[in-house]
Amino acid sequence: MAISSSIWVWIAAFLTLAVFSFLYKDNIIYKMVEALFVGVSAGYSIVIILKHSFVPNIWKPLFVSHNLLYLIPFLLGLLFFAMLSRKTAYLTHIPFAFLIGSGAGFALPLVFQTNVMAQVKGTMLFAPSHYPSLGAFINALIIFIGVLTVLFYFFFSRGEKTNRGIIVKTGIAFIMIGFGASFGYTVMARLSLLVGRLYFLFGTWLGILH
Amino acid sequence: MKRFLSRTLPLLMVLIFGVLGAIQYFVPHKVSQVYYRTILTWSIGVSSMAVIMAAISFLRYHYKKIMSSEGDTLYSSIALVAFLAMLGFGAFGTDKGSLFYQFYQNIFVPINSTMFSLLAFYMASASYRAFRAKTFEAALLLTAAIIVILGTTPVGSSIFLDKVTMWIMSIPNLAQKRGILIGVGLGATATSLKIILGIEKNWLGG
Repeated sequence: MAISSSIWVWIAAFLTLAVFSFLYKDNIIYKMVEALFVGVSAGYSIVIILKHSFVPNIWKPLFVSHNLLYLIPFLLGLLFFAMLSRKTAYLTHIPFAFLIGSGAGFALPLVFQTNVMAQVKGTMLFAPSHYPSLGAFINALIIFIGVLTVLFYFFFSRGEKTNRGIIVKTGIAFIMIGFGASFGYTVMARLSLLVGRLYFLFGTWLGILH
Repeated sequence: MKRFLSRTLPLLMVLIFGVLGAIQYFVPHKVSQVYYRTILTWSIGVSSMAVIMAAISFLRYHYKKIMSSEGDTLYSSIALVAFLAMLGFGAFGTDKGSLFYQFYQNIFVPINSTMFSLLAFYMASASYRAFRAKTFEAALLLTAAIIVILGTTPVGSSIFLDKVTMWIMSIPNLAQKRGILIGVGLGATATSLKIILGIEKNWLGG
């Protein structure tokens, strides 16, 4: 039950209180901390990406192992720097084409497999005898109706003024329940973060809580 | 030449890499696997070089702001110093105990989690104003949110709302999420095809 003597804890506590000061009103301390956050997070992301993506995938194979095949992605990557001049900016289309083309190609079968086929397979309804209990069958039936009506709502509803049939209305009901549940879950996640910060202030920093 | 480099070559590259990328999924051969691994490594490497360009843009943007003295000089200076400090510390190591790690743990983490925790207050006040059970759909949204919020607390568990929450999350919520996922999947597949075939060219700047 003692106040922390670590300088880092004091810095973290000051930053926490500075961000909380926004609850009163927007102020210069909050804005300074916000700018600090922008700088630190940008620097952190770049160091981590360079360390875990650039070094093992370009630097080491090309400049340490001398694998000349990696000259191709290195040159493609260098073309991004053409953006620095307006006259040469169009050259950035080439590395973008490589990323977009390979990304779209790899994603095409994978997304269809995971987002469409696997979801449709998981939704398929079987005879009641296939399920361990009547409750499991009813749940599967609800999921089946829910997926079908939500899809129906997405693909066959036309604007706000259209007369909504029972299928579309059921779809909207499922969406509303889902959004409500997601909202509730997000609120609780944010609250748990708030509890974490308060615990840090009163426990780790001030030593009042154990 | 400029037209060839800015439009024809990129469209050709998208077609070739797109078709090869899609085909390799269906070819269970060593060549196909090597191709997948190589292109994946290259993609990660090339996109990491775009991040270096992003760092340069960040430096240029804040440097210009400091030089123009528009009023945001103080904030841009702080952002720039913090950015350069993180890059500098990162060069000396990112392991536990390093200055880079300490900055991450004691500056990035507290600000990040406090900013997200602030949203709890704003979500509470926004929901107080917005949550009016005026229609049947709004009532459903409100009821589901209240049940899930209460169901994840000890009070909710004592009146079995935790079980209702579990049911909502795993049955109706799953149904709507699957519907959205299938919609997104069909949309992404169609967009990928349009990009590969050169029908969608917005990424080339219109």
